[in-house]
This record gives sequence, structure tokens and C-alpha cells, in this order.
Amino acid sequence: MVTASNAPASTPASGDVVPMNMIQALNSALDVKMAEDGNVLSFGEDAGYFGGVFRVTDQLQQKHGLTRSFDAPISECGIVAAAIGMGAYGLRPVVEIQFADYIYPAYDQIVSEAAKLRYRSGGQFTSPITVRSPYGGGIFGGQTHSQSPESLFTHIAGLKVVVPSNPYDAKGLLTACIEDDDPTIFFEPKRLYNGPFDGWHEKPVSPWKTQEFAQVPTGKYVEPIGKARVMREGNDVTILAWGTMVWVSLAGAEHAGVDAEVIDLRTLVPLDIETIEASVKKTGRCVIVHEAPKTSGYGAELSALVQERCFYHLEAPIARVCGWDTPYPHAFEWEYFPGPQRVADALKATMSGGR
Amino acid sequence: MKKPNTPQLSLRVPEPSGRPGDAPDFSHLRFDAAGAVDRPDVASTPYEMRDHAFQLVRVLDDDGKAVGPWNPNLDPETLRQGLKAMILTRAFDDRMHRAHRQGKTSFYMKCTGEEAIAVAQGMILRREDMGFPTYRQQGLLISRGYPLVEMMNQIYSNASDPIKGRQLPIMYSSKEYGFFTISGNLGTQVPQAVGWAMASAYKGDDKIAISWIGDGATAEGDFHNALTFAAVYRAPVILNVVNNQWAISSFMGIAGGLETTFASKAIGYGLPALRVDGNDFLAVWAATKWAEERARTNQGATVIELFTYRGAPHSTSDDPSRYRPGDEHEKWPLGDPVDRLKQHLIALGEWSEAQQEEAEKDAVEQVRAAGKESEAIGTLGQSRPSVKTMFEEVFATEDWRLVEQRREVGV
Repeated sequence: MVTASNAPASTPASGDVVPMNMIQALNSALDVKMAEDGNVLSFGEDAGYFGGVFRVTDQLQQKHGLTRSFDAPISECGIVAAAIGMGAYGLRPVVEIQFADYIYPAYDQIVSEAAKLRYRSGGQFTSPITVRSPYGGGIFGGQTHSQSPESLFTHIAGLKVVVPSNPYDAKGLLTACIEDDDPTIFFEPKRLYNGPFDGWHEKPVSPWKTQEFAQVPTGKYVEPIGKARVMREGNDVTILAWGTMVWVSLAGAEHAGVDAEVIDLRTLVPLDIETIEASVKKTGRCVIVHEAPKTSGYGAELSALVQERCFYHLEAPIARVCGWDTPYPHAFEWEYFPGPQRVADALKATMSGGR
Repeated sequence: MKKPNTPQLSLRVPEPSGRPGDAPDFSHLRFDAAGAVDRPDVASTPYEMRDHAFQLVRVLDDDGKAVGPWNPNLDPETLRQGLKAMILTRAFDDRMHRAHRQGKTSFYMKCTGEEAIAVAQGMILRREDMGFPTYRQQGLLISRGYPLVEMMNQIYSNASDPIKGRQLPIMYSSKEYGFFTISGNLGTQVPQAVGWAMASAYKGDDKIAISWIGDGATAEGDFHNALTFAAVYRAPVILNVVNNQWAISSFMGIAGGLETTFASKAIGYGLPALRVDGNDFLAVWAATKWAEERARTNQGATVIELFTYRGAPHSTSDDPSRYRPGDEHEKWPLGDPVDRLKQHLIALGEWSEAQQEEAEKDAVEQVRAAGKESEAIGTLGQSRPSVKTMFEEVFATEDWRLVEQRREVGV
């Protein structure tokens, strides 16, 4: 059902294939790129000597030197602005914003500056920076450690937004982002760092090593930006999801007993509209699942696109399963977090023609 | 609400020394005499030179003589070159301001009274260094010989606009001339300059960066982030604060300029600071040279406050007679930068009133010729790049949305 091979990598992988969790895979991507290209460097709060609070940049300073991987002041705005200057110089900086909830102080630099440099300079200056940021809930982080701000960036002309859902894609996509000549926002679903999470929070997390997606080449490979991956083929309904919600959607489809096709978008901008369109035209139904609040979430955009392109193929209204329009709560996390039960309910309602 | 027998608090809102109808009053400002401030070694620690953040470096005295330890002893040819670039900058401003009044462009911003700053600094820095300017550093391009016609094409958003009709007039961009693309968001370019300088240091190159910010925008967080990063990573960068007294209609006291000097803000970050007469070409030159040497010898960043006065309106959309004394600019105690450099050259016996007149005529002629050439291509609304370019360079390659939307427009 789940295959790692249905979205071929654009470059062949090299090196041994070993089990990695997402943290190790991301670390490997940075390590390999830094070894290959002296213009790649990495910095962020606690990202140097200590290797990041989630250990994604672990040992990079020890391996590549103090000026290649270093700690930054607690100034998200300064971190991104410095990266923009470095990118304009010709480097390929990769910066870590410790939690996506802290990306807002850097928002002006990302939106007004990085996203617009190429356009406003007539192509003379570019911003080939990568902004990595752990995002999403399910870790008892409360309001300031759990948000999913991806839609804020998808609305901005000039930004690419990438969200992996497994170790294999995480390494290949991060490598692609570092090599990309445009600014990329790379959201890392921290609930998936250590293992896939199916949304049943009372069940223990299964480690990545039992998963096919944890078979990660130690050498370099690139997963193309802008290509979705069909995670589960099905005929009755298409589920569109990214990040943690890919695994929640798989569990929800199984729980509902519905023959759902689950698509991991992997890249929100640019969007793989062809894969989405082909799937919805085949199944005739569409359910969109995301963690972020429903109103003006990226699901709204997807819903509009599917409606514009597949209206005459639809047999039920498009459904959205999302976070609620509240700040992210602490004590009510599992009522807030879209779980398999809500996905299953939406699937069943969709199968019976809508609610 | 208030407890009995406690003093009543009151809120202060700073006010400038004069409003429309008042006589200009600069008695609250302190000016050191020309030559009075010592010149520290470039290896001095910020602690050793704290006083420089409060003093005012001046070289030209009231008689047009260059005096004191900051005298850069420039050769007459360099001085003449600087004067001519300032004259040309002023002539360019005048014509473009008129072009706005004639409906040829939507917007313009003059740098009247501040010409010495960008011109001197543009002459000092190398072409491969990178300037991160604001909208009042047109003198940087002009002093480096960037074609006037290209500047005008940008202002007119015409078919030859080098940045393809995408930016507000005066927001130039030229990598080749060390002029980073201008942002309308104030202050954002300062930490970018620090990052650019960090990259040069990381690569082991010898290039440095230079940035400008206005007194008003020093209140933006970006300025303070930039100072932190510049100090922490010892970035080879010159961080200028152009204190021209006015942020549109808000006087410099609203940005904190009455509580301390803008230069002194560097002290808390462990950066050396110089406070300089921005209307004194020689003082600007000398201070910038000092900071340049510091940066190029790997000793890190310098903050320079350039003390000046914005003679013209903020932009063509502004009317300063509504918020400040009408003749305040004429009464500015530090005079006019063009006049002062002219007097200096005349005092040296290297220039004359007749040569000045000739240079002014020549500048007007250069601007007129460029204007004719640019206007032949077209002015705003009469000419523009292909609409197709609107969809280009959003990304390195167009994605399907842009392709579809471009087709919807029919291009």
C-alpha cells in the first residue's frame, strides 16, 4: 500500500541505505550538502555547538567548523535578514527558526524581502535561502510550540513552501530546497521527528525503523520540489494532506473502511495540481485534512482549486478536517488535534453524499 | 483611581523647537568646532572612544578651511570630482522633481542638503563592495557614474526601466554598481548588509558592506538586530544613521533623538560610533575612511551618525510648511554641503565662482540630455515594459499558476 518508489527521485541516491528517523535524515541532508558545497552554512538559536533543541544540526559544527554551523542571537528577524544578505552575496544559508511559532518576528524579512528580491531587482539579486522550522502539534506544546502557519507563506508571491512527512522525503526535499535558487520555507512536522504518528494519541508511537520510508541513503539524492506523492491508492475518495496529517489520514481511512486515495502534497507551493486533479476526477470526492485552523487555511485554497477544476466530476461536497479557529490549547490538545476519528467521520459523510 | 496625596503623573509627547510661523531655533543642538574632536586610532575599543558618540566630527571651518586631526588632506582633483557629483545630484533632483509636477512620474524624493553623504561614501567604497541604501542615496549611483538615463528610465517605469516597471520611482537596483535593491520597508536592509558582510568574512574575501538608515527608522527592530549581529560576528560593515531631523513630519525627538544621540545607540552593543557633520564633505569622507579601514582590517563594524537636515519635502507627496518653520532649512547651522565644499575649493585656490557656474550649467545640461533620451523612450503611462514581464522573475522559473494567469491576461 505505502510505497517509497512511486515518486522517483530526480537524482539517483548514492551510499548505503540505512534506517534513519526524520531528525537523522535532515541532519544527513545538511551534512552531505555542507561537505559538497562550501557555500552552504547553517545557523540558528542553539543550532551550533549544541546541535539544535531537536538535534537536527547535531555535530555539524564539530564536523564542518565553527563558521559553518553556529549559534545565533535570539532574533528570528536578524537570523533571516542575515541569511538574505548572505544569499545575495552568493552563499546558500540554511537557517533554523527553533519553533514555527517564533517565525512571526521574521515575517517581514521573509515576506517583504526574501520573497521579493528577485522580482523587485529585475533579477539582479536573489535569495536562495532555506528557512527550516519545526511546526505542528501533538507534543503538548501549548499555544507557542504547536502552530501550523504554512498558509501565511503560501499566500506570498515568491516563496516556496515544503513539508515532508517521512525521513526519506525529508532528506531529499531539504536537499532540493538548499539547491533551489528561490527562498524556501521548510516546515518539519515535529510530531513525526521520531516516528510516524497515526493520530491515536493513546497508542505508543511506532519507531521509524519499522517503516519503509526510514530506509534512507547516506549519500546525496534530491526529491523534486512540486511533486506530490500518492501514499495509498484508492477509488472512492481523495484525501489531500501534508506533514503529520498524512499519517492521520491513512489511519482515518483504515478506521472508516473507505477505499481512499491518500495524497501527500509534500510541496504546498508550487503545488502538484496534476496529481490532485487526476485523483479527484478518478474518485469523485475530496477530503482535505490539515492541522492549522480552518478559516483561510490552505485547505480553503485547495478546496477552491478542486472546485474550479473538478466540479463536474464531484459526487459530494468537498470536506475539510482542520484545527479549530482557536489559539492552540494545552489541556484540550486532543480535542483540537484532527485525529483519525474526525477523518473517518468526514470520509463516511462524504461517501453518503455530504453532511 | 488616583490614590490621595500622590503626585499626578503626566505623559510627555516631545515637540520640536519650532512649528509653522515660529522662528527656527536650534539652540538645543550642540556643535563642536571644526577640528575640535580628536581622531582615535582605528584599533580603539568602543569603550575608549565613548565620547565620540556625543561629539561632532567637523573638518571645514566657517572660512572654508580644512582643520584638525580629521582633515583627510584630499587632493584638489578628488575634491572637484566630489563637488561636481554633488552639483549633478542636485540638478538631477531638480529636474525629476519638476518631471513629477509635469505629470511624467508618480513620485519623487530629493536629497537636498544631504548630497555630501552618499557622494563622499560612494567615492570611497569599491565597486565590488555592496551598499544597502535608502531612497535618499541617489548620490551613490551618480558619484559612481551610473547612467542618468537609466535612473530616469526607472523613475518613468518606461520600456527601458532596468527593473521592468515593478518598483516605485527612485527604488533603483544595480548589482554592478554596488547598489542593493531598495525596499520601501524601512530598516530592513541594515541587517541584510550585516549578513552580506558576514558572508564576505566567511569566504575570506576583502569586500565590505555599507548601509544607511534614517533617524526615524532607528526605532525599527531591524536596526537593533543589525547592531547585535554586527557586534557579535564582527561583521565588516559600515552602519550609517542619516539624522536629517525629520521622519516625514515627525521630528527626530519622536525617534528618541532628544534623549541621546543616534550614534550613542552603538555603545550598548559594543560598537564604535562616530558622530559627524553630514554637511561637511571632508568630515564625511574622513569618518567613512576610518570606518572602512576598521572593517577591511577585520576589526568589525562602525556606526556613523551623519548629522544633517532634510531640506526638501520628504517626497513629492509631502508639504513641510504644514509642520515646520518655513525657513528652517536656510537657518540650519551647518550650512549647505555644496556651498561649503565650493568655498573650501575656492579658499584653496582650486576653484572659482566662474567654474562653479560652469559646473552647474554643465550638470543641468547633462541632466537635460539624459532627460530627453529617457523621455523619448517614454514617461509614466506613455511607455512601459511588456506586460509579460509582470509574471516573470517571481521565481527562477514560472510555475503553472503564473503561466495560467499570464495566459488569462493574454500575454
